[in-house]
Parts: sequence; C-alpha cells; structure tokens
Amino acid sequence: MSGYPGQWAAAVLIRGGLGPATLSRLGLSRFGLSRFGLSRFGLSRAELRRAGRLPAVVLIACAIFAMVLAACGGDASPGQSAPNGGGAKAVTGDITVFAAASLTDAFGRLGKDFEAAHPGAKVTFNFAGSASLREQILAGAPADVFASANETNMTPVVSGGEASGSATPFVTNQLEIAVPAGNPGKVTGLADFANSKLLIGLCAPEMPCGEFGREILSKAGIEPSVDTNETDVRSLLTKLEAGELDAGIVYRTDVLSAGDQVNGIEIPADDNVVAVYPIATLSASRNPSTADAFVRYVLSTQGQSTLRGFGFGPPT
Amino acid sequence: MSRSRVPASRPPWPLVPFVLIAVAFLVLPFVALLQRTPWAGLGDLLRDPVVTQALQLSLVTSLAATAVAVVLGIPLAWVLARMRFTGRSLLRALVILPMVLPPVVGGAALLFALGRRGLLGEPVYEGTGFLLPFSMWGVIVANAFVAMPFLVITVEAGLRSVDERYEDAAATLGASRWMTFRRVTIPMAAPSVIAGTVLCWARALGEFGATITFAGNFPGRTQTMPIAIFIALERGDRDAAVALSLIMIAVSLAVLVPLRDRWLAV
Repeated sequence: MSGYPGQWAAAVLIRGGLGPATLSRLGLSRFGLSRFGLSRFGLSRAELRRAGRLPAVVLIACAIFAMVLAACGGDASPGQSAPNGGGAKAVTGDITVFAAASLTDAFGRLGKDFEAAHPGAKVTFNFAGSASLREQILAGAPADVFASANETNMTPVVSGGEASGSATPFVTNQLEIAVPAGNPGKVTGLADFANSKLLIGLCAPEMPCGEFGREILSKAGIEPSVDTNETDVRSLLTKLEAGELDAGIVYRTDVLSAGDQVNGIEIPADDNVVAVYPIATLSASRNPSTADAFVRYVLSTQGQSTLRGFGFGPPT
Repeated sequence: MSRSRVPASRPPWPLVPFVLIAVAFLVLPFVALLQRTPWAGLGDLLRDPVVTQALQLSLVTSLAATAVAVVLGIPLAWVLARMRFTGRSLLRALVILPMVLPPVVGGAALLFALGRRGLLGEPVYEGTGFLLPFSMWGVIVANAFVAMPFLVITVEAGLRSVDERYEDAAATLGASRWMTFRRVTIPMAAPSVIAGTVLCWARALGEFGATITFAGNFPGRTQTMPIAIFIALERGDRDAAVALSLIMIAVSLAVLVPLRDRWLAV
C-alpha cells in the first residue's frame, strides 16, 4: 500500500473494533472517517510487519495525525440513515425511553403495564434530569422516546430534527415545598427560603424544577438563600428525605412518592406555576412502531389514569 | 557510534496494533474535544468569575484532599505492607472499597455518616453546630474519601518491593523504628509514594459524583471544575463545557508531564 502512513494507521485502529457504524452512531461520521473506505480495508501481513519496523513514536504520531486529519475533514459523508426495521408494524421488540427524573415511578409502572399489554415488547428507561437527556439525545444516544419535564428541553430536540413530528403535552405537574418529616426547620411557606440559617436546596437553574422553583420565588418576591443547586429533582428529594436540607421546591408528585419521609407544603396558587410535560417519538428510533405505540399508550385513557394516580394533572 | 540497538526499544510486531488501538482509544476523545474548542471565547471564559472560582476551588480542595490522604494513607499503607495479622486482606478490601463503589454511592454514604443526621455528623452538629455538607470542607472530605485508596494501594505495593533487609540493617545499627521508617523505608519507596500522591491528586481533581452528592453544588463554595462543566453541559452551553474541560486538561498536564519524567520513570 502506497498510501500515506496515517491511512493505514487509522485502518489498524478501526479494524480493532471501532467500526464505521459505531463511529457514526457516536456522531463521528461527519468527520469523514468513511472516506478511508475502512469497511473494506484489508491489511496484509507484510503491511503489519512494516508497521512493526517503525519506531513506536512514529506509529503513535501517525495515529494522532490520522485522527486529526479525519477530524478536520469537515465535509460530511452521508452516513447511514436510520434503518427503520424494514417497516415492521408489529408492537414488539425493545425500545428505550428517555424520561425526566420526576417520571421515575409513574413511567416505571406505565412500562410494566405496556409490556403486559404487548407481549414481546420490552421498555427500558433512562431516567435523568431533562437537560442531561436532551444533551444525550442531541449527541446521538440511541433512544426511541423522549419525555421531558418542560418545553425548554424538548424544543432543541424537535428543532434539531431529532423528533419524528412534533411533541405532545401529556401531563402537567404542580410544584410544592418539601420539608423532611417532622419539619425540623419549622418551615411554613416560601418566606422561609430567604432565611440564611436554614439549609435550602433548589434544583439548578438549568433544570426544569430549578427554573420553576426560581420563577415561583421571584413571583413571591423572595430572594432565596440557597445552599445547594441540585442537578435533578431526585437528588434534591434524597437530601430532603435524609434530613440534610430544611426545605426545597420539588414536584407535587415527588412529595407523594416520598411517602411519609417528607411533608409537602402547598404553594399559593398565585405564586405557583404549572409544569407541562411534552413527549415525542425520536427520529433515530430503530423501532418506531413500538415507540409510537408507547406514546399512544401514555396518552390513552388507561395510561392517563395511571399517571393521575401518581399525582400528575391532565395536559392542558 | 555503531552501538547495536537495544532489542527492547523496538516493539515485537504483534504488540503494534494493540499499542495503536490503546493510544487511539485514550487520545481520540481529546482530539475530538480540541476539535470542538471555541478558541476565540477562551480568553473571556478564563476571566469569568464563575470559572476562576471553580478552578481555584478545585485546586485548593484537591491539594487539601491529597494532603489528608498522604498524612493518613502512608501509615495505613505501611500497616498493610509490613504487619501480619488476621483480617489484613479484609482490611485492604474495605480500604479500597471507595475505588469500586460508584462515587455517587460513596457520597451518599458520607452523607449518612457525616451529615446533619449522620452517624457521626449528628452528635458533632448538635454539639458544635459544625456542618460538613454544602461547604468547602465537605468537598475536601469527598475528594479524600474517593482518592485516598489510590495512594494507599500504590504506596503499599512500593513498600512491599523495598527489601526489608535494609530496614533490618538500620535496626541493627541502632536506628529506632521511626528513624528507620523516615530515613530508610520512605526514601526507598519514594517513587511509589510520589506516584501514589500524583494519582491521588489527579483523582481528586476530577472528582464529581461524591462531591455533588455529599457537598452539593453552589458556585464559589462547592462548585468545583467538574461540576461547573456538568452544569454548563446541562445548560446546553457546549462551548463553555469544552473550554472548561480544556482548562482542566491543561492544568493536569502542567503537573503530570514534568512529574512523569523526573520521578515516575521506571
């Protein structure tokens, strides 16, 4: 092979298991790695021997050079467009649902009900802060459905062409003050959030629950004395349950799910905000028929009544 | 001039592909990071108080945690390497548990132990009002908890490789145990002590899970660089996240590259 060294150095790397499909799955196809024609790359023993004769430093340099070159290649190869499973319409097979942390309990149940209704279908969940999920989806994570706790994190997914169609609101949620069982800080309302003697937790402003919590406090004209900005509502709840914080603002559904470990204090309707949760099937789905069926199930009377049971309100 | 080449300086050919894969595997993500770096905005970001605070906090807490680990970890490593007692392997397993535990679990365990309602934390809080979580001290404790095992096992391995006959010789010449430890054992194990310290510091600098679980996240108080990066990503500000990561990499390389050659060469 008379090609420049970087080319076969890259080939050696790729043949080591980093297939072009894997790379494009990771969002690397646009770096033009496929221009090396790596899928068909064959290296003879002689070439590998020749590689062995070069000092290691040169080989390493070649590898880095090849990658930099590939990275700077810029113009995108078409990559493989998502194979849509040959148009199978049956509701079967695996799907992965990325859902907001506040949906953990409710969707856990919905998933089981859905699997019971559709033998052969299997739902796997990835629960995290909506912002993390958004980033993962935009980075090409293999997901079939995205359920966000607010519009803010759904919008870039839809506008980035990652959703097939538009997003549908499926539940609403209210926010509530949560305090550990027994209310050690003697919190009575939003005004206590300004008390610097208390340990106050909110979600980080980047999270839906943090955005809503701050909106509520600013409506009430309160400057909170925050001790920690938790990265999702579940970790805030955990610290409240453990009694390590005196008060926080979480979803009503979280107060319900925590049982008697935390007490809820209602926020006056004038100050409260309503969180609208949107759901969408993702265009990268390899099993769109099952993904659609799951979304339909969430919106169905049966799915909605399950969600009501966990404290969620009807979509507005 | 015509000195024949040392055979070992040339890799046997079956190793070559693996070397390449290993290097690519470890370096590719950083190449991708460099490729995404918004070089133009880097200067502004470096002057951003949130960034300078996070960087400063990361440096201070990781160094403090390393100091704690050195003071507590070296004696522990000596006990594990030199003393023979029943339950030693159990003790070693317990001590390196934080390495295998997901850091978030470690952070939660710390909260249950040292938090306001914790095993030890509650009496301390009741008595003095002192509270570790949500403070810089909490960050140091979380860092030390996760990073110290790296120092302990590295130093233990180093101490085991020290020929005990030198210690015996020192003892026969009248040196006390403490003198032998200071003047013979530690100097002979110096490379592993330094390697362990560096490893521990690097682990502490990058610590995320235990810190955010135990110490929370507040800019200027508990928001270290890894947490600031995570928050920037959550915000959808990939440019800031990448630039912050680059700053962290630069700081780590500035420490690791000179050390590697001077001390850690085998």
